[in-house]
Amino acid sequence: MKHAILAVIALIVIAWLGSLVGLNYLFGVVFPYLAFAIFLGGFIYRVVNWAKSPVPFRIPTTSGQEKSLDWIKQDKFDCPATSGQVIGRMLLEVFTFRSLFKNTKAEIHDGPKLVYGSSKWLWLFGLAFHYCFLIILIRHLRLFLNPVPGFIGTIEFFDGLFQIGVPVLYQTDLIFVGAVTFLFLRRVIIPQVKYISFAADYFPLFLIFAIAMTGILMRYFFRVDIVSIKQLTVGLATFSPAISGDIGSIFYIHVFLVSVLLAYFPFSKLMHLGGVFLSPTRNMANNNRMVHHVNPWNDPGIKPHSYMDYEDEFRQFMADADIPLEKELPPEPEPEPEPEEAAADAAEPAAEEAPAETPAEKE
Amino acid sequence: MADTKVEQMSVNVVKEPSMMTGAIPRKHWMDTPVTFKPGNYCYPAKKSIVEYLSKGLPGLFGEPREWKVEDDDWQLPENWVEIILQGMRERLDKFRSFKVFMDICVRCGACADKCHFFLGTGDPKNMPVLRAELLRSVYRGNFTKAGKILGSIANGREMNFEVLKEWFMYFYQCTECRRCSVFCPYGIDTAEITMMARELLHLVGVGTNWILEPAANSNRTGNHLGLQPHTFKQNAEFLLDDIEEVTGVKLKSLTFNRKGAEVLFVIPSADVFAEPGIFTFMGYLLLFEHIGLDYTISTYTSEGGNFGSFTNNELMKKLNGKMYAEAKRLGVKWILGGECGHMWRVIHQYMDTMNGPPDFLEVPKSPITGTVFENAASTKMVHISEFTADLIKHNKLKIDKSRNDHRVVTFHDSCNPSRGMGMLEEPRYILRNVCNNFYEMPENTIREQTFCCGSGTGLNTGEIMDLRMRGGLPRANAVKYVEEKHGVNMLSCICAIDRATLLALMEYWNPNVGVCGISELVGNALIIDGEKERDQDLRFEELLGAGEAGESGNNEEGE
Repeated sequence: MKHAILAVIALIVIAWLGSLVGLNYLFGVVFPYLAFAIFLGGFIYRVVNWAKSPVPFRIPTTSGQEKSLDWIKQDKFDCPATSGQVIGRMLLEVFTFRSLFKNTKAEIHDGPKLVYGSSKWLWLFGLAFHYCFLIILIRHLRLFLNPVPGFIGTIEFFDGLFQIGVPVLYQTDLIFVGAVTFLFLRRVIIPQVKYISFAADYFPLFLIFAIAMTGILMRYFFRVDIVSIKQLTVGLATFSPAISGDIGSIFYIHVFLVSVLLAYFPFSKLMHLGGVFLSPTRNMANNNRMVHHVNPWNDPGIKPHSYMDYEDEFRQFMADADIPLEKELPPEPEPEPEPEEAAADAAEPAAEEAPAETPAEKE
Repeated sequence: MADTKVEQMSVNVVKEPSMMTGAIPRKHWMDTPVTFKPGNYCYPAKKSIVEYLSKGLPGLFGEPREWKVEDDDWQLPENWVEIILQGMRERLDKFRSFKVFMDICVRCGACADKCHFFLGTGDPKNMPVLRAELLRSVYRGNFTKAGKILGSIANGREMNFEVLKEWFMYFYQCTECRRCSVFCPYGIDTAEITMMARELLHLVGVGTNWILEPAANSNRTGNHLGLQPHTFKQNAEFLLDDIEEVTGVKLKSLTFNRKGAEVLFVIPSADVFAEPGIFTFMGYLLLFEHIGLDYTISTYTSEGGNFGSFTNNELMKKLNGKMYAEAKRLGVKWILGGECGHMWRVIHQYMDTMNGPPDFLEVPKSPITGTVFENAASTKMVHISEFTADLIKHNKLKIDKSRNDHRVVTFHDSCNPSRGMGMLEEPRYILRNVCNNFYEMPENTIREQTFCCGSGTGLNTGEIMDLRMRGGLPRANAVKYVEEKHGVNMLSCICAIDRATLLALMEYWNPNVGVCGISELVGNALIIDGEKERDQDLRFEELLGAGEAGESGNNEEGE
């Protein structure tokens, strides 16, 4: 955790110093472009890299009744059998965090007695965090588009519905900071989660928290030159960036932290954004027995221990037990007085046929 | 039996310092080495067994040798680290699941308390997320930039002997039950990760005898017990005598390796060998006789279970290949499979891809009801519960439910049929139609949230009994709940490993509860032509009062 917090503090100091010594172009133009390029390139690279590995087996985690007999009701969203149903499952997963919604909390009491309680806080704050992030992102489009599309105004109107303060307070800002705080606190308070957490878990939280705080400071507390900012951001979007006027260090810190987040994104766990779509346990239909699935590296050379080898080893026993054979027992070398009947019994009709073709075992 | 008495264990799981009881480890998990001592590890594979398997699949099982888990020297090949890393590289390229699951975990912890081994041991390394990190840390340390540069700050580490020991400990405390994957927001499946880890361990010759010997037996004799064809047949035929004694009817339809039968029936071999599986087997036979099914059982593929699936995908494929090969040789139309959990994971999710499609078979069609099993159109293999449920639905069975009145039944969803197949309703439908007293366990412990028996994936070996009783605690605890609430005295299931392991688990935690397969209860209830007045069930236990014969078609729609 200390590494993560130091890293974020260092980033803030770097941006602050940079703006003090006048490296505005570097922090306002070069880094954002660079970060965006890394983000796009890195994201695509990661997804392509995952996609390059095949999915050899169809391994959906079935979380409901499969499609089987007509009169048994299939659970279409938890056990999809068609591509359409898979899309349904994925949409629910991506937009409502359906699996996380099922979360429970287990406790052990005297007895022993295990009890499982509902546990929806992570789901609730996780969902709040992601949706607020999305809305805040959309609101920021105002800075990059000229003229500003109408839907952004609509979102802003509803986001500031309660008309508190000047400028109007956006609910999402408040919820977002709350959700990030929750995600951080559960990481340090719940022993199990604390034990598994490390720098890569804290760093994005601190970074996002710092981004949110600098943004909030800019909007509600420090006066920044919004006209100059818009000029710069529209310039960035139209590939004709220009910096005019004194925008203020807080802006450069905010933009630098966002740049770091973008550049860090593809190489971190934040790639769960892309990965969830490629997760074979979720994005495959449970039609395993209905439709043949191809494994590109299936090795046809791996054969079962062949029946003929099996019969060769156990022929006498099988004959004695009246189990049909492919091949007759070899004739008795010397007609001995006693064990005749077994051999006679063994001469089953099946033994007349030619030995069945069995692939040689890979040995 | 377990080393620790149940009274002591009951206290231990609640009071001993563990992550389940609120204790927080002081040391980072990377600085907490594992210590092997009798009772916490499975015995390594015998040299002769590894030699035998390596003949069929060279290079996948490491150097055959005698070695001891508690020794400081496992006599690993000199370049074993390289073998592991190369193995990882190959598997990252072969399995998208592995690659994605190594990268996208956010360590939200939703999986942490979903694992039965974590609930029973409180050992942090049994949290699925941390189990995966055991492997993921090596992945980071060797295959990602951050891990290479930042090392332990980025939770990356080198592969070394301590790590290998940790893998051997904890990837053999995972039963690949997939419960954690139900709750994971990204569907990360620890079963996949454990499978990869076990493949890697086998590459350097680290495997357990309780998995590899049954696998070798299955390969050679057809079944994991190593029963030779004549013994297998005799065992099965002994059970005909028992059936005759109970019902007064001598069954005639049981045949072995018969060409031209319509259906090849594949069972987990324990069903002809050990209680209570043999009662399940008697149930199958009674059912087939009752409906006049033209079927045969093969001694060559007398094991439905696939111990290869606990080692690597190659051995899984090799063992599984027998089913189609034998179906082809015998010229059957389709295959019917008995009650077995991981057997069905393999059949449902791997068989057709590995060894199919079996174009020489027909889409399964019930000769009795005419139902075409479109859900098995490609694999051509149907589950006995699907088959039986269809028969009941079409009123093809004469059933006297009251013959199970001495049983108060609950149903254990086996991990694989529930989370690797989605078969939840069929067994319940059958149960509701063959017995009057059926009660569900609490909802967080059944269906897709079911708890493992605690001994799957080849962990049902005697040397780790304490561990198994801990891992099985969540299941046993849910049974105890319905035992106390409804007087449940029979835990039914559709898995052969369950029938072996739940028996030990019940003896330990809930000694008044028995274990049975669903088909046993079907067999009890079936009214066979020419049968005598039945006063005993298939276990020769007294029925409750005199059974009143029901009529055909009195089947109840399940609630």
